Amino acid sequence: MNEIALEATGIKKVYTKNGRSLEILDVPSFRVREREFITVIGPSGCGKSTFLHIMGGFIEAQAGSIQIYGKKVDGPGPDRGMMFQEFALFPWRTVAGNVAWGLEAQGVARARIDEVVLEQLDMTGLRDFAHHYPAELSGGMKQRVALARVLAFDPKVLLMDEPFGALDAQTREAMQDELMRLWERTHKTIVFVTHDIEEAVYLGDRVVVLTARPGRIREVVQIDLPRPRTLEVKKSIRCHEYRNYIWDLIRSESAR
Amino acid sequence: MAPVARSGSALRGKLPRAFRLVVLPVIVLVLWEIGARMELFNPIFLPPPSRIFSAAQQLLLSGELFRHFADSLRRIAIANVIAISVAVPLGFFMGLYRPFEEVIDGFLNILRPIPPLAWIPLAILWFGLGEKSVVFITLISAFFAILLNTIAGVRGVDKSLVRAALSLGATRRVLILQVVLPGTLPSLFTGFRIALGVSWMSIVAAELIASSSGLGFMISYYRELLRSDLILVGMLSIGIIGFLMDRGLLWLEQRLLPWRVRLEL
Repeated sequence: MNEIALEATGIKKVYTKNGRSLEILDVPSFRVREREFITVIGPSGCGKSTFLHIMGGFIEAQAGSIQIYGKKVDGPGPDRGMMFQEFALFPWRTVAGNVAWGLEAQGVARARIDEVVLEQLDMTGLRDFAHHYPAELSGGMKQRVALARVLAFDPKVLLMDEPFGALDAQTREAMQDELMRLWERTHKTIVFVTHDIEEAVYLGDRVVVLTARPGRIREVVQIDLPRPRTLEVKKSIRCHEYRNYIWDLIRSESAR
Repeated sequence: MAPVARSGSALRGKLPRAFRLVVLPVIVLVLWEIGARMELFNPIFLPPPSRIFSAAQQLLLSGELFRHFADSLRRIAIANVIAISVAVPLGFFMGLYRPFEEVIDGFLNILRPIPPLAWIPLAILWFGLGEKSVVFITLISAFFAILLNTIAGVRGVDKSLVRAALSLGATRRVLILQVVLPGTLPSLFTGFRIALGVSWMSIVAAELIASSSGLGFMISYYRELLRSDLILVGMLSIGIIGFLMDRGLLWLEQRLLPWRVRLEL
């Protein structure tokens, strides 16, 4: 078995508004192994995004801790690459400039940056768009840039917050395939939050199903589908069985 | 992206842009000239365009218009350079640090509603008639336009960019220089353009009262001589110069912030 890459212990998040407190999240234990692709799904408002942002260090939990390879997380950091639904590209930077951003911020040598940027642009099929500004790109392209930007940085863990949520159905499928292709090459450790059950099953080694508020882990579904995941896999009966199973879990949660 | 046909495209196709821009001014000028020649109104109060044109020639050839223009422009330049160098850093820190803003804000909020022109009497007491008073009045009007837009710009920086930067390993210094600063630039340019506009408004008023040169002074001087044609030349000069300077800034903005222009496509 691989090493534990990310571990969350005793996470509790409570929001207090007008003197009333609302329990959002309660996760006693959550572990992600190295090279694992974990998807997190749950009924809307279950705190799955909050959970990811706690792992990213953007939100502080009232209790518990996050550890990356045994090192306690204290705020955002480059060991965890974040991807957001809203792309969050720097509009004043070209595609190449965006991909180079993290490396520049860390003071990596220029020659090395150029090398990595070129490599990432090639890998994500963005080479011809290197000198375009984000405003000139489609949604799918923008998210490719965001992916290249975060991969260029080579973080230990990738945290993805519904990254394809803002894309249309076709682009989303294309991006899923793209991500699978890249993942087969890099085997990055990924925690991927989504509200799309099919996406969760298709991408994940394990699907973590959260309960309705407060978000607790209802069940962790091991997905024994062959890799690399292809269209054939997606169309398979087993894939549909997983989908239906998780669908029922979430439906029973939403009705609660 | 594929070009989308717009509903007004038929009209656009038939009338060239240059024609659409000049048609109304030409009609107004022609009617005005005819009205003056037929003495529908007193040409002392409203001289015909032809008289204004020859008055403009006279002012241009004598160098008088240019002299006054240069005086006004110099004052505007000095006032805006001072305003920018104080208001931009101040606004930047006010936008970044909430406690700092709270300390400054109460004070500024009382000064801000006072019209720049209300400062003229005090300015004359402090600096006497002339250059310094005029610059001071212009400076006050430009200052607030730049300050408020700088603060709004810093506040308006996309929070998701800040989060992205932090997750890419940005230190606080990098965050401010590489995210907040470029994110504030569009709003800064808006501030500069507004400041330039209000500069012209207040400098003319200030020169009417507190100066013996400049376009504002020129206008008021010719009122005493009942030369409405020369007054109108002065007014039109301000309009044209103001317009050209605004366009110049817009051009500069498009050159310096190309990513932003493309956003508007």
